[in-house]
Amino acid sequence: MAELEAVIGLEIHVQLATRTKMFCGCELSFGDEPNVHTCPVCLAHPGVLPTVNEQAIRYALQIAAALECEVAPRSIFHRKNYFYPDSPKAYQISQYDIPIAGAGKLGDVRIHRAHLEEDAAKMIHVGESGRIHGSGASLVDFNRGGTPLVEIVTEPDLRGAAEAAEWARLLRETVRQLGVSDVNMEEGSLRVDANVSVRPAGSEQLGTKTELKNMNSFRFLQRGVEAEIERQRELVASGGTVTQETLHFDPRSGQLTSLRSKEEAHDYRYFPEPDLVPLAPTEEMLREAREALPELPAARAARYEGELGLDPEPAALLAREPEVAAYFEAVCEAGGAKVGAEPAPRTVANWVTGDLTAALRQRDEDEDFADPTVPAASLATLIGLVAAKKISHGSGKQVLAVLVEEGGDPEAIVEREGLAQMAGDDGELAGIVAAAVAANPDAAEKIKAGNPKAIGAIVGAVMKETKGRADGGEVNRLIQEQLGL
Amino acid sequence: MGELGQLSVAEAAARIAAGELSAAEYFEAWQAAAAGDELNAYLWSVENAADYEVEQGPLGGIPVAVKDIFCTEGTPTTAGSRILEGYEPPYTATAVRRLDAAGARVLGKTNMDEFAMGSSNENSAYGPVLNPWDRGRVPGGSSGGSAAAVAGGLAPCAIGTDTGGSIRQPAALCGIVGLKPTYGSISRYGMIAFASSLDQCGPLTRDVTDAALLLAALQGRDPCDSTSVGIEGGIVAPSREDLKGLRFGVPAELSRDAIDAGVRASFEATLARIEALGGEIAEVSLPSAEHGISAYYVIAPAEASSNLARYDGVRYGMRRGGGGDLVEMYETTRAEGFGPEVKRRIMLGTYALSSGYYDAYYGQAQKVRTRIAEDFTTAFGAVDFVVTPTSPSVAFGLGEKTDDPLSMYLNDFFTVPMSLAGIPAISIPSGLAQPEGGGDELPVGFQIAAPAFAEQKLLEAAYALEQGIGFEQEAGSRRPWNGGSGG
Amino acid sequence: MTGELSGILEHVDRIGNLDLEGVEPTSHVVELENVLRPDEPRPSWPREAVLAPAPEPVDGAFRVPSPQAAES
Repeated sequence: MAELEAVIGLEIHVQLATRTKMFCGCELSFGDEPNVHTCPVCLAHPGVLPTVNEQAIRYALQIAAALECEVAPRSIFHRKNYFYPDSPKAYQISQYDIPIAGAGKLGDVRIHRAHLEEDAAKMIHVGESGRIHGSGASLVDFNRGGTPLVEIVTEPDLRGAAEAAEWARLLRETVRQLGVSDVNMEEGSLRVDANVSVRPAGSEQLGTKTELKNMNSFRFLQRGVEAEIERQRELVASGGTVTQETLHFDPRSGQLTSLRSKEEAHDYRYFPEPDLVPLAPTEEMLREAREALPELPAARAARYEGELGLDPEPAALLAREPEVAAYFEAVCEAGGAKVGAEPAPRTVANWVTGDLTAALRQRDEDEDFADPTVPAASLATLIGLVAAKKISHGSGKQVLAVLVEEGGDPEAIVEREGLAQMAGDDGELAGIVAAAVAANPDAAEKIKAGNPKAIGAIVGAVMKETKGRADGGEVNRLIQEQLGL
Repeated sequence: MGELGQLSVAEAAARIAAGELSAAEYFEAWQAAAAGDELNAYLWSVENAADYEVEQGPLGGIPVAVKDIFCTEGTPTTAGSRILEGYEPPYTATAVRRLDAAGARVLGKTNMDEFAMGSSNENSAYGPVLNPWDRGRVPGGSSGGSAAAVAGGLAPCAIGTDTGGSIRQPAALCGIVGLKPTYGSISRYGMIAFASSLDQCGPLTRDVTDAALLLAALQGRDPCDSTSVGIEGGIVAPSREDLKGLRFGVPAELSRDAIDAGVRASFEATLARIEALGGEIAEVSLPSAEHGISAYYVIAPAEASSNLARYDGVRYGMRRGGGGDLVEMYETTRAEGFGPEVKRRIMLGTYALSSGYYDAYYGQAQKVRTRIAEDFTTAFGAVDFVVTPTSPSVAFGLGEKTDDPLSMYLNDFFTVPMSLAGIPAISIPSGLAQPEGGGDELPVGFQIAAPAFAEQKLLEAAYALEQGIGFEQEAGSRRPWNGGSGG
Repeated sequence: MTGELSGILEHVDRIGNLDLEGVEPTSHVVELENVLRPDEPRPSWPREAVLAPAPEPVDGAFRVPSPQAAES
């Protein structure tokens, strides 16, 4: 049986953080009483007409710019017709074959398209056990109905569940930094659905895909996709075929249940929305969208690699969140870190992603890098001390622990704890080395006989004597020197 | 009503403004007339004239009959349908608010074909409207109530809507003036939607001057309607005295088709009248116009099927079958709430938009539409106006065409192309003619169409022609509002 | 109803015979673009008024029967 690979595409809905709804002037609501943010337009009373929210267009153009999408010179709205109580007009105003944004990319994943549409209302299902009499009813709250949405569809470029979740995080972070949405999966301002299929590895054909909905965290997204890939693998391996359907993943049970078969898929009878006129983004609108972009993770990571010489992994890590990036850059700045000089940005990167992160993890709270526990200047000073070999790396970690715990000034802490590294040039270290060499004659002989590993015992003795304050490299050098090597 | 009933809106407004006529007295007289409605023209009219407040403005003191398709806050608005029985809108249509702002007041809500679907006003859930010229005949539709009210002396003027001819055709059948302005000149906000890309509000009046007066107040860009632009330059009362230097095109294709002899005779006589007034008649070609009905009866039902989907019993209006499941509620409510013509068009429209059929029907029809618009643009390169009879026949008998919807649709043959092209067109009474089966003479309408946003030019020409025709002299005494019983 | 619909369809089917290759379908009648509304809140409708026309208002919301298994 040929090896099967998973092919995944994502469909993301982003609720825009505008002040009013997509097609009327009602304010967006957050957990208010039902139906207090409605009007004849979003309740679809007879005779009403939609009007397009200017800010929603701006935000959509910013998203398009961030995802490097082609912007359609002219796009139109379409009606997507279907009956359901959460759709008061019995059609959703959306975009069909001429969306506002076309092909783009983010990271390694290509974007297929992005378009604008309005959100449905909320239905609260009340069963027989509820306060409401009658066998099963729903209560409809139209507050959410009409909230502006941008739907982003990727190409099926993802190949695994972890990769999908990771990319979804990148998308979320990117959109968050634009300031156009809260992109909170738990609150529903970010919704991610996954299209999953399998095919023989190396094949160019796409297998039948299923759609996974209702995963409201990145972890559940990953687990859900994993479960579905597994299910499809087993099905195909046992000779079955995958049917196109929509599935719901229950994270508690790990079960996948079919919501409805796409075979009975709706005919939405799309046609151009006659109540709205086309969008033709002007040069000025496009320019404003581009200029409104902050430096986004992908671009920043590239800059860190290119200009600061970081490796891809730490670059991506530091570039992801603007608060962390700003902190990192502040540390570099304060310490005067420059490529080629010490401490180099690479060194700073190692400290921030390594020792600092580890030290902060000891605490119970999450770190807010906008208001850092260890001020950038302090960390810069500390890194500088280690780089200049004034203290050992080990001592540096001790100082860091103190800084995290109580704060203070690194140099003062070094002084107080007596952590100053023993430099080789004041003779004290040379004296201790000599004493250690004398106390370990066997080791000394082995070293002279050409067994370099034996040096460890003497180094160990020196470290013990100096309480770790000696610079390991310098100790080594002195030993070699004193043994005449 | 006596003398007050003889005044045109322009005359009455001028006298009220000059203090020569009491606005309250004027309104009261019309309120009483409306209360005596025997034509079933009104679904609701003002009960207490004392509620009326005197207002200033170009239409200060003028009562207007408003087709029940316009939402009027706190007043029943049904669109001629059971599904909205008892519904009182929470807001007022922009067109009505603009009339208000000009000083006019709503006199009543007029009967109409259900959701504006019809050409005879026999599709109303609240009974047919009778033609004041002959109560055994239809007034036309779908603005039949508005037309009958004006022609029957129950209102000095009215507004209606025109999607494929629903202002012009009833105006013709009732012997009054009806104007469908350029698509986009009057806001559609608050006008219950039938076919969004075709619906337009317009005046039904006794003469062209009154139509201009109403249009001036109604037109304008509305932020609530993204498709509205208004008419640049506004509108003033027409004053043209002749038709010298103007060219009138008669479409070769449209004249070929079946027109009643009496209508044809009146049409030819009007062409001669145009020449007598100094105008030039020329033949033009609108090759795609003959497919107008086919395209219209795909596009309009398609848009209607979507626009009427909101009547589902969830948030307002009628609800039936709520004891069953959701689908049962939808189906029962709509089966019981909609009449047969509405159901027919919803089904047609749904079919035309459905997957696999969209290209052949809706897509194709929108291409025909483009062609028709191009035909008019070409024609207007050679002539100033295009003219046709408004309707192929005079008012037909109640029940005469109800068994054959297709024959009913063909009433719109001459009016539909202008709707598809979005251009303005007016119908003015051109004379009287006997119906095909014989009998008393009935009004004939003459349609003049102009390029988009050329309403002022259109009104000027229509005014001059109206004066030249002298319909008042010919049929004035038989006019129902002049005390004549019509037929 | 079926007979009437067939008759109508037969008539409108005529447009299927027309050669309209290369003709753009009309999707918008007025030549306008970018008609946009400023993102400024307007007062929402008071809830009592919202629910006044409702056939079955319950707890500030619109009650409807539940969909059965096959929904939208």
